[in-house]
Amino acid sequence: MNFDFSDDQKMLQDQARKFLAEKSSRKVVRDVLNDTGKSYDLALWKGVAEQGWLGAAIPEEFGGLGLGGLEQCVLAEEVGRAVAPIPFSSTVYFFAEALLAAGSAAQKKALLPKIVGGEVVGSFAISEGPGAPSPSAIEASFDGAKLSGVKIPVTDGDIATHAVVLAKEGSGLSLVLVDLKQAGVKRETLTTLDPTRGHAKLTFDKANGERLGKAGEGWELAEAVLDRAAVLIAFEQIGGAQACLDMAVDYAKGRYAFSRQIGSFQAIKHKLADMYVAIELGRSNAYYGAWALSTESAQLPLAAAAARVAASDAYYFAAKENVQTHGGMGFTWEVDCHLFYRRAKLLAVQAGGPSVWKEKLVRRLELKNAA
Amino acid sequence: MDFNDSSEEAAFRAEARAWLEKTLTHQNVRNAVRIDGPEGLKIAKAYQTKKVEAGYAGLTWKKEVGGRELAPIFSVIFGQEEAKFQAPTGPFAIGLGMCIPTVIAFHSADRIKRYVGPALRGEEIWCQLFSEPSAGSDVAGLKTRAVRDGDDWVINGQKVWTSGAHYSDYGILLARTNPEKEKHKGLTMFVLNMKAPGVDVRPIHQMAGGSNFNEVYFNDVRIPDAERLGEVGNGWNVALVTLMNERLAVGGSSGPEYAEILELARNTPAPGGKGSLLQDQAFREKLASWYVSAEGYTLGKYRTMTALSKGQTPGPESSIGKILNANRMQDLANAAIEAEDHFGIIADPAIAPMQAAFQNAYMWAPGLRIAGGTDEILRNIIAERVLGLPQDVRVDKGVAYKDLPGGR
Repeated sequence: MNFDFSDDQKMLQDQARKFLAEKSSRKVVRDVLNDTGKSYDLALWKGVAEQGWLGAAIPEEFGGLGLGGLEQCVLAEEVGRAVAPIPFSSTVYFFAEALLAAGSAAQKKALLPKIVGGEVVGSFAISEGPGAPSPSAIEASFDGAKLSGVKIPVTDGDIATHAVVLAKEGSGLSLVLVDLKQAGVKRETLTTLDPTRGHAKLTFDKANGERLGKAGEGWELAEAVLDRAAVLIAFEQIGGAQACLDMAVDYAKGRYAFSRQIGSFQAIKHKLADMYVAIELGRSNAYYGAWALSTESAQLPLAAAAARVAASDAYYFAAKENVQTHGGMGFTWEVDCHLFYRRAKLLAVQAGGPSVWKEKLVRRLELKNAA
Repeated sequence: MDFNDSSEEAAFRAEARAWLEKTLTHQNVRNAVRIDGPEGLKIAKAYQTKKVEAGYAGLTWKKEVGGRELAPIFSVIFGQEEAKFQAPTGPFAIGLGMCIPTVIAFHSADRIKRYVGPALRGEEIWCQLFSEPSAGSDVAGLKTRAVRDGDDWVINGQKVWTSGAHYSDYGILLARTNPEKEKHKGLTMFVLNMKAPGVDVRPIHQMAGGSNFNEVYFNDVRIPDAERLGEVGNGWNVALVTLMNERLAVGGSSGPEYAEILELARNTPAPGGKGSLLQDQAFREKLASWYVSAEGYTLGKYRTMTALSKGQTPGPESSIGKILNANRMQDLANAAIEAEDHFGIIADPAIAPMQAAFQNAYMWAPGLRIAGGTDEILRNIIAERVLGLPQDVRVDKGVAYKDLPGGR
């Protein structure tokens, strides 16, 4: 039994934490938040590329580090803890994973090395309107060469160089790889709950695209990408939730009311203990997801759903109760609680919301029981 | 990461499983865990004796007291295998898990020799006498008095929630020896002979109907000073050693889980009248949450096992398990009963779905949320020992026990 990360992986995590504490300081995050013209920090993005993180799981033949899913997980946790304002998840968990899963040799050769270097910023475009996407409701269409339709919102779509787009093709769905720097693509920046990450509405008007994977397999491929991304996002969520708990504990020790540390009141203690329980529950489920991810286990779909459900619940709970613990201070712009409260919501809905994943979980549980 | 045993652990597990298969073949033995009364106890004692002969008792204990000095992970592995066979270990859990380790840590050499062997072989059963009617979560506020009289101590008072007192031979008893001191500092621990004159054991009739615990009354019970555990006035520190083991012991869930309620839902109509409850979206969301909680608990135990494997000591984090399991059991049982609708009120195992497992769980869950540390005390423990938050303001600090409100 070894249900833990290795010493090497923990060392990588430790390095990542130190790096991000400096390069993704709260000031860096706030600069992106306060500057409406800016939706990521370029210096941080370049720094992360230099560290090799963008290619952590990309094979060495494409310039990556050739590490595995477990290394991605520890990095994701730190990115989440730092609320890093970079298109890391869009590029690494979604775009690169989609290429690795379904890309042709030529597509991989053209794009993976540039992902490693940070020149290619990816995005993953599924959503077209309110509610969870379903196969029959997708309107964007692809004819084998040209893509037309609207995707909204696309996380990091305002700064991405490329997108993987889910579109109709004939009677089925396909994934389409699109270079966003072309005349057939219109981008409109969106105002969102989390301005530390960019969002756009992408309109495709006979834009040039090429199929990623086989025609008609788009939905299944997207689901597979989402399963892997769900585990990695779960680690971001756990990192963010843990940062909330750490903040709340510090504040509860230092803040006095009625001439006592507020952390000595059971109403606060029990709230923070509940945050700890929710985070540990999320962490244990996320660890299992990490194991399933790294071993390509048949358990991945169920494990990913459990990780996603537990981590989404944990981050929302920790983020809102962190604000509550800070009292009126927590409701101010200057105190950092809202950075996490914002990011918690983005991460909870970005790859399908909690209800969607609870439904996936139960469906997969039924399949497992039937098998 | 991997979920496999090390080769040494795997060999031990295989050897343990082979022994269990050979030893627990008879249906009576496997069912003894459910038999209340002298017959079940006899079977359990016989099994415990065989465990000692085969070298599976006291796995982590020192060799000088009859143990094997193995790492804690081997004890966990053996426990997992035993659980699969429903081994009748219940009557010994408190004695071997909590009382005897305390005896070994604090008693005199000749007394250790006297008590450990018979307890290990299942010949003598032990219970723990801490809680009192007016001292539950605040156990250090207990009233039971021990007064020195020559070479003896004379005990008067009452304990409550004593599991197995009615079949126990010995118990460890926490009593107040000095009410002039602060409440934590006036306590002393003793070994009590449960058959001594003046010890009166009475069963508690629980809200669920059964009787698994007792009240124990002491009326001028005499305990020789040679049966004192640790120094006079050091009883609280002795008790902490005992309690450290308790929350690990009371952690597991024993009720129906998501698999059972999934099965129930498959065969129960949905509230809207269309299809089964399993097709009902509100129910499916709850099912997902129970799954995440149950799996998270199991996976958390794997993390604890990993820490044990590496020779680390698991901390109070394991308090999480009991909070999760007891509350999930209550919620899940409640939801199942509501899903059965009016029929859910039927608790007759011959009629109610799954032999009334959900109705039983509904009535048991309130006790689980209290036993071995209430939800609230466990949250305090997490807050103070894991998160490092300050203690609540104490009105009993620096005050003699006799001067406390409620103290006497």
